[in-house]
This record gives sequence, C-alpha cells and structure tokens, in this order.
Amino acid sequence: MSADATYNYAYLDEHTKRAIRRAILKAIAIPGYQVPFASREMPMPRGWGTGGVQVTAAIIGPDDVLKVIDQGADDTTNAVAIRGFFTRVAGVATTTRTVDATIIQTRHRVPETPLKAHQILVYQVPIPEPLRFLEPRETETRKLHALADYGTMHVKLYEDIAHFGEIATTYAYPVTVDGRYVMDPSPIPKFDNLKLNDCPALQVFGAGREKRIYAVPPHTRVISLDFDDHPFAPQRFTEPCALCGSTGVFLDEVILDDRGGRMFVCSDTDFCNGRQADGHRGCLAGNPIQDEEKRDA
Amino acid sequence: MYVAVKGGEAAIRNAHRLLAHQRRGDPLVPELSAAQIDGQLALAVDRVMTEGSLYDRGLAALAIKQARGDLVEAIFLVRAFRATLPRFGATEPLDTSAMTIRRRISATFKDLPGGQILGPTFDYTHRLIDGALEGFEPPAPASAEPCQDPVPRVTDLLGEQGLIEPSPADDGFEPGDLTREPLAFPIGRDLRLQALARGDEGFLLALGYSTQRGFARSHPFAGEIRLGEVEVELDVEELGFAVTLGTITVTECQMVNQFKGSAAAPPQFTRGYGLAFGHCERKAMAMALVDRALRARELGEDIAAPAQDEEFVIMHADNVEATGFVEHLKLPHYVDFQSELDLVRRLRAAWSADAIKEAAQ
Repeated sequence: MSADATYNYAYLDEHTKRAIRRAILKAIAIPGYQVPFASREMPMPRGWGTGGVQVTAAIIGPDDVLKVIDQGADDTTNAVAIRGFFTRVAGVATTTRTVDATIIQTRHRVPETPLKAHQILVYQVPIPEPLRFLEPRETETRKLHALADYGTMHVKLYEDIAHFGEIATTYAYPVTVDGRYVMDPSPIPKFDNLKLNDCPALQVFGAGREKRIYAVPPHTRVISLDFDDHPFAPQRFTEPCALCGSTGVFLDEVILDDRGGRMFVCSDTDFCNGRQADGHRGCLAGNPIQDEEKRDA
Repeated sequence: MYVAVKGGEAAIRNAHRLLAHQRRGDPLVPELSAAQIDGQLALAVDRVMTEGSLYDRGLAALAIKQARGDLVEAIFLVRAFRATLPRFGATEPLDTSAMTIRRRISATFKDLPGGQILGPTFDYTHRLIDGALEGFEPPAPASAEPCQDPVPRVTDLLGEQGLIEPSPADDGFEPGDLTREPLAFPIGRDLRLQALARGDEGFLLALGYSTQRGFARSHPFAGEIRLGEVEVELDVEELGFAVTLGTITVTECQMVNQFKGSAAAPPQFTRGYGLAFGHCERKAMAMALVDRALRARELGEDIAAPAQDEEFVIMHADNVEATGFVEHLKLPHYVDFQSELDLVRRLRAAWSADAIKEAAQ
C-alpha cells in the first residue's frame, strides 16, 4: 500500500516528528515524567486520541504493522477511523492481531495477549496529570511532582477506604514508575495495571490536548499505589466470556433486551476471536461438537 | 484635545446603507436564499433556533442572512421577534422515548436494545479541507430511513436496576419561564435548564470543559445522545384531549455521573440533562455537563468551581445580554469620561507637587 502523496509521510512534517521523537526519548529517559511538547492540530478532534496519533506518526516506519484498538476492540468506530488515517498517510500495513503488530495504538485497554520486546504500545491519554482531580492548577501539580509530594494522593485513597472500606478508583488507577514519579496509566481499568509492570514492550503515552508525552521503558517497575493493610486488588469477574469461555480477562457487559437480560464478553476482540478460532466456546456461542451432532441427526 | 463625534441621522443612514451593500457582497455572485441557508447551513439554523428559543427554520435562516452569518446577531434578531409573539399555552412534555431516531449513540454500553445508530455526524471524519467539495453531488446515503420503532432510553435501562437516580417526579408545578418572570436566585432546575438551553454554546462548552479538567470534578459518561423527531402536543381544554401541533427535531443528551451517595441517597449514578432544537450535539452535551455541575448544592457536594456557581453561570450564559452590555462600551461616554479626566488631572497634579516637595527635603 502506498501513502497519499498529498501529505508528508505520516502526515506531520519532518521537523515536528523530530521534536516529538525528542520528547519521547526524554520521556523514556525519565520514566513516568510528563514531558511537555508542542502538540499539533490533527485532522481529528482534540481529545479523540490526537496525542496517541502524534506519537504513532512520529515513530511509524514503512515496515511497521499497526494495530489500533479502542476499549480493547479493533472494530469500534474510532479505531477504524485512526487505522484508516495511517493507511492513507503512511501506507503501512495494519492488523487486528496483537502478535503481528509492531505498533499498537490503544485507547483504554492493554491487550490480553502478553506483549513482546519488539512491540510498542502507544496510549491515547485524555488527562495525563494523576493529581489533576486533587489540584486543578498545573502550576501546583508541577511543583508537587518536583518535590515528589504525593501525600494528597495517599490521603485520597485513604479517604476512600474510610468511606467505602476499599479504594474506589476503578480505572486510571495511579501507579509509581521506577520508584519516583506517580503516573496516570491513562483510563485503563485497574485490571490492566499489572500488565504495565516489567513489560517487555515500550509503552509511550501521548496526551494531545494537554500537550504531554510520558513513557514506561521496557522492564520497568510499575507499582499501583496501595497500603500494606489494603493491598492493590484488580477487578475479578465471576463468570467467563459468553463467547469464548475465557476467565481472567476483562469483560464487557452487553445488554440483550429491556427486561434485564445481559451477557459478558471479552473486551479484547482479537483475543476473543483467536480463542474461538481455536475451538473454545462460551455458553452463548454454541458448542461445535453439539452443533455437529445436531447436523448429523 | 478631546472632540465629541457628531453625525446623527445622516451618518446612521449612510452606515446602514454601507452595511446592506456589504451584506449583499459581490453582485456578480448569485444572492443566497433563506432556503439555501436552511438546507445547507442547517447546523447554524439549529443553533439560532435553540439559543433564540424559537422553533422556526425559515425565520432563523433569514436572520442568519440578515446578520451576515453572525450567529449571535441572528439569535438576537430571533429573540426580538419572539418577544412580539403572544403565548397561548404550554405544550405537554416532549416524550423523547417515542422519538423517531436518526442518530443515537451511547458511550456506556457497547451494544444495547435499539443499537447504536451513527446517523449524520462529523465524528470520525478526518478534518481535511476538501477542495473538491464545490459542485460535488454526494452519492445517495446507504440508509436514510429513520428508525420508526420506539427505542428505550439508556438511563431507563439503568434505572430498572436502581443504578441511577430516577427522573424527578412530576411535582404538578407549572415550569417557570424566565422570559415572562424575573429570575430570583436560587432558581429551580426548570428555570436553570431553560436558561442553559438559551445559553451561549461557547460559554457552556468552556464551563463544561472546565469541569472535565478538574474545576469541579466531573467525569461523566455520555449515557446517551439521541437526535430525531418528536411530536409536540398541546392539551386543548375545550376538547378534553391533547392534539398534535406538529413534529420538531431535537437533540437530547443524558450524562451519567458518579455520585458517592449521601445520608439521604445511596451511592448511584446521577444525571445531567441537555436538550436543544435541531442537531445541536455540542450544545446539548455542554448543557448536560453544566446542569450536573450546578446540582452540587442539591447533591451536597462542595461548591468550589465556576461551573458550580449557579448565579455566576446563569447570569452570564446569555449571549444576547452579554453582547449588549459588552458592546454598549461603543456608546458615547463623554460625560462620565470627562469627570474621570478631571479627577485624574487633579490627582496627577497633587502627586507631582508631593514629588517636588520630597525631592526638596
């Protein structure tokens, strides 16, 4: 596939891509630190993944294979639109298979399939500042990071425990990176937080509207904030995926009717499809052996 | 030397003639018709109707033409016309669950009864200027038939399980109308929603945005945004039943916000509500964000940010009022300014005298 010749390769001009690469390198050198960058206007709305798109545009090469997911799914409208954008402006091959991708741009999920060393996971980040909801002013939060003053964050988590008996943060759950900076892992469910730690792949976070890039280099310690007597606990789902029967994965709730009917299916569509292709069946997917018996009878 | 500008009638007449001339633009280019504006600048028409609080496409289109595309000026024209209309009654509440759906999306559930209907939207278009647009005849749409079946509201689906606060019950009170009665703070949600519906899209957008960025923490989910046609009914006392006056296009947005519960209510989701004439998605969403932020007092939340300050928001949301007062600065202020001039001169003289005295010491 060839790129649209109307635009520079991967849309951005070479100077911009170089500036973004420098910000990414700095982010890798200081894990979890938010590096300011001069975010550009992209041909999609601010807050729809323009940070991730700029990071991807800065690092993508003609030999890359790009996967884009939104909420774990390859077929959601935003993922389809961004994939189409890079097909057009960079002419790269795209895939929905996690194992085949060299760059995976994601919104709000880490794939279920473990990542490998040659892969880069690019996150779209709406609000990079983990302290934003405790302190709305940027001037103050920069100071708190410089002083490594994360007391307010611990107080917030403690207040949750005092009110509800548990920490009431379910996504965008704050983490400490390499023992120094507290980082917002983007609005991934806290279920995915464990996948950030000691990950063989490079993880780069791009926030376009807020003009920040940060990163977790491969095999870096990423610890979710917690207390000795209230250790970090990811969500658990009681039932398996209704389509592929997986347990221990993140599930989406799908409403089936207006009488309270619902089912739970994998949010990672590639993982779920792969499992089904391997013959795994959930309770609502039909049983291939039974189906065959029915056909024979 | 400060010279008062004089001109009077002749100057005003000439200025308006110049304006009319410039409004027409190049006479070699065919004149725009209101029908063209209605059909091809439909979203501008929708905004003017919404903030002008008058559902009349033709009139809004004409106002846009007369205002040279200045939408706040067009809203002003529509509002001024609206003030001349008698009000002969209030319609029944719109039943948006019976809407003929053209667009309906939910960000809370991937799939749900009635499905996601993308409809006409800029979403997912790449914002690349299209040089080929002029003279371009678009191909027929894949499916333009609106969904005729009633589609349940997402908030009703959540409501069945008690996960979200119910819609407030009908308390029997006639909703207020701030165009007929003066506002006295604190105001009820009925008047607040009316003020927000008439409020400036840009102002509400900025306030809604501020709540997302941490000034009054609000990280809601777009429970549902729906666009379509609803019937407007009027209860006619003489007949004893409601008659349909016609259908109008509306955009409705229900935001689903976290709420940690209080002494009076268990933890549950709460709502912010937005409704606008025509296809006004940005407006309806911003309105829903601000509506929810303004419920802070009712829900026992701390009031710390501009978007939660009812008087601040409502008193400044109206662009016709804001424009008038800001632009009144163009009116002559000769007398007031003369008094200030005199004062500043006297203060300067006193200051100089002091400085000389100090230097001498």
